[in-house]
Amino acid sequence: MAPAATDKLAAAADRSFTTISGRPVEPVYTEASVAGIDPATDVGEAGQFPFTRGIHASGYRGKLWTMRQFAGFGTPEETNERYRRLLKAGGTGLSVAFDLPTLMGLDPDHTLSIGEVGKCGVNVATLADMERLFDGIALSDVTTSMTINSPAAVIFAMYLVVAEKQGADWARLSGTIQNDILKEFIAQKEYIYPPRPSMRLVTDTFAFCTTHVPRWNSISVSGYHIREAGATALQELAFTLRDGIEYVQWGVDAGLAVDAFVPRMSFFFNAHSDFFEEVAKYRAARALWAKTMRDRFGAKDDRSWKLRFHTQTAGVSLTAQQPYNNVVRTAIQALAGVLGGTNSLHTNSLDEALALPTEEAATLALRTQQIIAHESGIASVVDPFGGSYFVERLTKDLEDGALAYFERIDRMGGMVAAIEQGFPQREIAESAYKFQQAMERREKIIVGVNDFVQDQDTPIETLYVDETAATRQIDRLSQVRSGRDAGEVHRALDALRAAAQRSTNLMPPILDAVRAYASLGEICDALRQVWGEYEETTVL
Amino acid sequence: MTIDQRPTTRDQHPTSNVQRPIRVIIAKPGLDGHDRGAKVIARALRDAGMEVIYTGLRQSPEQIVSAALQEDADVIGLSILSGAHNHIAPRLMQLMRDKGLDDVLVVMGGIIPNADVPNLKALGIRGVFQPGTSMQEIVDFMRVHARSQAPEEAGPNP
Repeated sequence: MAPAATDKLAAAADRSFTTISGRPVEPVYTEASVAGIDPATDVGEAGQFPFTRGIHASGYRGKLWTMRQFAGFGTPEETNERYRRLLKAGGTGLSVAFDLPTLMGLDPDHTLSIGEVGKCGVNVATLADMERLFDGIALSDVTTSMTINSPAAVIFAMYLVVAEKQGADWARLSGTIQNDILKEFIAQKEYIYPPRPSMRLVTDTFAFCTTHVPRWNSISVSGYHIREAGATALQELAFTLRDGIEYVQWGVDAGLAVDAFVPRMSFFFNAHSDFFEEVAKYRAARALWAKTMRDRFGAKDDRSWKLRFHTQTAGVSLTAQQPYNNVVRTAIQALAGVLGGTNSLHTNSLDEALALPTEEAATLALRTQQIIAHESGIASVVDPFGGSYFVERLTKDLEDGALAYFERIDRMGGMVAAIEQGFPQREIAESAYKFQQAMERREKIIVGVNDFVQDQDTPIETLYVDETAATRQIDRLSQVRSGRDAGEVHRALDALRAAAQRSTNLMPPILDAVRAYASLGEICDALRQVWGEYEETTVL
Repeated sequence: MTIDQRPTTRDQHPTSNVQRPIRVIIAKPGLDGHDRGAKVIARALRDAGMEVIYTGLRQSPEQIVSAALQEDADVIGLSILSGAHNHIAPRLMQLMRDKGLDDVLVVMGGIIPNADVPNLKALGIRGVFQPGTSMQEIVDFMRVHARSQAPEEAGPNP
């Protein structure tokens, strides 16, 4: 299978040197490479505009990044047990993974939920499930990140009502809802409603948080899924930041002041395998956001300028073949995230090309972060690549490339319009196909897959999710349905439908429906009846 | 893997003598929206001269089988990354038998643990392609096995 050594030499001589995104790179970078980059305005100092070198002057000396590992499976009880263990082990942050029925706003007894309940995350159908999920966990003392998008307002309402029942003050709650519907249309595809009413749900949560839950991150604008779907580093950067701009614009159009809600927007990027390109991507993202918020939206509060982001290593880079190689890939990717100044990090487990991670694999992934943080010395110095001819050039090129994409999308009428025209979807599909072709031609090498292949892999253990989760969740739901006041549920859902037809904020009627123990599916259905469901025009 | 290089002309098909390209339905059953693999393979099969119909997301087994009937498909390629394959495959294969589509080659790709592969093969999913499979392998597999009724167990997995 492996070609002879001479073939390899010949191939190396012919090979064009490009990043994993296909960006050509020079053999060496010199002072001439950074001509035209102004050290003061383009790069600046850490903690100062445009924050290319980081949002904190002291880097990780003041505070390490948050090691936030995403977890969830089966029933709320099982996941609650995992969370309590995590918190007992010294964690302060939780990150909830929901299953596909929950992400799609479907109850576990829906026909489309068959086989999916509890598989990719935890199933939450009613307030009762949310109460079980956080049983014994004081919501005023933890920060909780919830990966939920189309039904984000409903799940957030459930969380708020659990906090209310615990006697916690909403004003003191801290955490994040992903709430990024644009990347669902672009890449992840867990959407329910058409783009425009979906955007209203997002701006309603912005407005609600501003007044009632001021310490909550009302959105995590996500490039992660865009990259996983096949985007290049530049496309990830450009589409994510342009999504961010779209949310700000819709918030402003809904009557919110920029500095009232933008400081609570956060971001989420991928850490892929091409080391320097990733480091440059994070640096460019900070500079782009700062300049755009100040110059395009007139933001005055420096918290609106500072791009805070979570990073996850690239799931798509993991291989089923020779799975232990994934530990090395993840370590290199995590390193890029840290050197790029991430504020929080999830490292993937070695078995994720095969299944959800086992506990051992998830622990090893966390250890990888701890070794970087405490043994490598990397966290002692702010932005150690600052001033590197290569990294500064890449940073500027990515920034310029993203600005060119912004212009194209602006000309289309903004990101919602661009999505409706299939533009980002087409761009990503094209990049995904090009990368696959490059791999098959062996222009890009994936160790263990298209080179250095072994006939026999060491089998590894994988996690099996208990198949009884579905029946247990369905039983629970019918218990809740028979125990609640049906008239109250009816009235709450009617009020929600009526509010959806007007333009008042939807959070209060959603909170009322949640308090009445209406299920996630019932609440989402009420909105489906008003707005309809989105069906994408497939782009191949 | 080994692929025997038999010719793949239309005249192997038991019910037709007309030469036409292999027709493939690429389907995404279940709720997961990860469509990168489905789209890449759809393009690769099209570039390899096959006729490809991509169903789009969240198709029920009933919808997929009905598309296969309507389109007179030679192959159904299922893409599943959510872990729901063990629920979807038996329903789909039962429907295929009910509709007399036993001669349609059914293959699957996605996040499929090794332990599930023998069971899927026993259900009649003749090719199971895990992450890292090349497009060429899948093209070759379809060329060899589409329209051949013998349930040979060739393929990338044991």
